[in-house]
Amino acid sequence: MAKNKNEQHWAKTRTLMLIVLSIWAFFSFFIHAFVRHLNEISFLGFPFGFYMASQGALVAFVVLIFWYSNRQGKIDKEFDFHEKSESK
Amino acid sequence: MAKKKGFIENLGKIYGFYTVGFLVFVVIMAVLEQIGVPNKVIGYLFIAMTICIYAVIGVLARTAQVSQYYVAGREVPPVFNGMATAADWMSGASFVGMAGSLYILGYDGLAFVVGWTGGYVLVAILLAPYLRKFGAYTVPDFLGSRYGGNVARLIGIVILFCCSFTYVTAQTYATGIITSRFLQIPFEWAVFIGLTGILVCSMLGGMRGVTWTQVAQYIVLIVAYMVPVIILSFQVTGVPIPQLMYGGVLSKITALEQSIGVSKLTVEPFTHYNPLNFFGLIVCLMLGTASLPHILMRFFTTPSVRSARLSVGWALLFIFFLYFTAPAYATFAKYEIYANVIGSQITELPEWVNLWSNVGLLSVADGNGDGILQLAELKINRDIVVLATPEIAGLPYVISGLVAAGGLSAALSTADGLLLAIANAFSHDVYYRMVNPKADAESRLIVARILLVVIAFGAAMLARTKPADILSMVAWAFSIAASGLFPALVLGIWWKRANTAGAISGMLVGFGVCLWYLVGTRYGGMDLIFGIGNISAGLFGIPAAFITMIVVSLATKAPSSDMQRFIDELRVPRGKSLAQNR
Repeated sequence: MAKNKNEQHWAKTRTLMLIVLSIWAFFSFFIHAFVRHLNEISFLGFPFGFYMASQGALVAFVVLIFWYSNRQGKIDKEFDFHEKSESK
Repeated sequence: MAKKKGFIENLGKIYGFYTVGFLVFVVIMAVLEQIGVPNKVIGYLFIAMTICIYAVIGVLARTAQVSQYYVAGREVPPVFNGMATAADWMSGASFVGMAGSLYILGYDGLAFVVGWTGGYVLVAILLAPYLRKFGAYTVPDFLGSRYGGNVARLIGIVILFCCSFTYVTAQTYATGIITSRFLQIPFEWAVFIGLTGILVCSMLGGMRGVTWTQVAQYIVLIVAYMVPVIILSFQVTGVPIPQLMYGGVLSKITALEQSIGVSKLTVEPFTHYNPLNFFGLIVCLMLGTASLPHILMRFFTTPSVRSARLSVGWALLFIFFLYFTAPAYATFAKYEIYANVIGSQITELPEWVNLWSNVGLLSVADGNGDGILQLAELKINRDIVVLATPEIAGLPYVISGLVAAGGLSAALSTADGLLLAIANAFSHDVYYRMVNPKADAESRLIVARILLVVIAFGAAMLARTKPADILSMVAWAFSIAASGLFPALVLGIWWKRANTAGAISGMLVGFGVCLWYLVGTRYGGMDLIFGIGNISAGLFGIPAAFITMIVVSLATKAPSSDMQRFIDELRVPRGKSLAQNR
C-alpha cells in the first residue's frame, strides 16, 4: 500500500468524481424514468415528475457543483496541493 | 497596473451602477411611451442603447497584451466569470426558442432544460479545473500538447470549426431578425448592424472585451426575460413569483385540455419523443455542452484552478435563473392563449394575431367552418412565443422593446464567444503554433483581429441568405462536439494510458460516425436506426469514439514517462501552468 502522495490524492479525487457522477446520473436519467408514477404525486401544485424535470433536477445540479467544489478543495488541502497565492 | 487592479476590485460597484442605469433607462422608455412617443422610436432606442453600451465596454477594454486578448489576463473572479459564461452559453435559441419548444412539446421539451444544465456538472468535475491548470489559450492547444503533435491539434480545429461556425451563423441570423423587426429595415442590412455589434465587443479587446461585455449582456437578458413573466404571473395568480405559481396554472391547463379533448396533454410525458429519444437527447446535449470550445475556454480566464471549479457553479446558477423560468413562460403563454383566444370568434381575434400571421409565423384556419377558433386551427411558430407573449397579454410596448433588447443581447453574447473561439483557434493554433512559431506578440494580435473580421464577415454573408439548413444544423453542434471532442478531452485527463494514436483515431471515428448519421438520415434517405432521431446522432458517435480510442490506445505503445509526469502535474492544482505561453 505504499502509494505516493500523487496517487493517494488522485484516488480520493476519483472517488469523489464517481460519487458526483452517480448523483448526476440519478437526477439526469434515473428519476425521469419514473415520471409517470411521480406525476401522481402533487408537489407545490405541480405533478412531481414534471417538477423534477423542470426545476428539481436543476436545483440538484447547482447544489452538486458547489458541494463538489468544496469537497475537492478539502482534498487538495489535505495533500497540501492547494493553491496558496489566492486569498479567497 | 494599479488602475486595472482597481477595476477588478470595484467590479461589484461598477456593474451595480450599470444595472441601476439600465433599469432607469427602461423606466424612462415606459414614461416616453405613456406621453405618446411612437413605438417605432422606442424600438430604435432599445436597440441603439443595447449596441452602444457594448461598444463602449468593447472600446474601454481594448488591449495590446496577448494574455489579455486570449484569456482576459486570467483575472476574472468566479462570480463574474459565471455571469459571462451564462451569457456566452444562452444563445438566441435559449432566449427566444426554448419557451416556445416547451409550449409545443410540453413535458418532452424538458429534455432541453435538463440536458443544457446537467452538462455543467460534467464540465465542473471532469474538465474545467484540469484545463485551467494546463493553462492553454484554446481547446486545440490542449489536444496538441497532450497528444503531442499537430495532427491532434488540427483535427481538434476542424471539429471546432464545424460545430462553432454553423452556430455563429445562426446567432448572426438571430441578431439580424431582431434588428430588422425593431428598426424596421430590410433583413439583408440588419445583419450587418448585428455584425457591427458583435465586432465592436470583440475586436479591440479580444477575450477581455468579450468577458466584460458578456457580464453586461447577462444583466440585460435576465431582466428582460423575468419582467414579462413576473407581470403575467401577477395578472393571472396575484403572486409575482412565476416559477412557484405556474404549477397551479398547469393543472388549469390540463383541465382545459381534457375538456377540449387534446390528445397530447402538456404534462403527459413521452408524447413527442419516445423514452429512448428523450434520454438520448439529454445525453447528447450534456456531453455536447461539456465539449463546446467556446464554453470551455471561458474557464481559462479565472485566476486559479479552485476559482475555475467555483465559477462553473456560478455559471450554472445564473443559467438556472433563466432555465427554470422558461417552463413558467411557456405555461403562462399557453394559459393566455387557451383562456382568451381559443373559442373566440375568428372575425374578432386581437390585433397581434394579424401582425404575426402577416410575417408568416402564425396561422389561423377555420377548418370546420363554424367561425369559432379551435385549438387545432391555430398554428403558432415556436420562435414567437417569447417575443409575442407581451402583446398577447396586452402589456405595454416598452416590455416588447425590453424583450427585444434581451434577445439581441443573448444572440450577440453567444456570437462573440463563438467568433473568438474560432478566430483564436486559427490565430493561435494554426498561425502561431504551426505556421510561424517565432511570430511576435504584435503580429499575432494583428493576425487574430484580421481573422476575427474575416470569419465574422463570412458568417454574416452566409446568414444573409437565410440558409434554412444551417439554422437547423445548430442542434447538430452538440452531437458533433460530443462525438469528436468529449472522449479525447476526458480520457486525456482521466486515463494516463490514452495515447496519440488512440486520440487521433477516436476523434476521427467519432466525428465521422456522427457526421455519417447526421448527413445520411437528413440528405441520404437513410432510415433511422432504432428510431433514434437525427438530433441525437451523438448516441452513435460517442460510443464509437470511446471504443476506438480505448482499443487503439491499448494496442499501441503507452505514452512516454514525460507525458505521465505531465498528467500528474495536470491533476494537482498547485504549481505553474503547463502550457508554454508567452
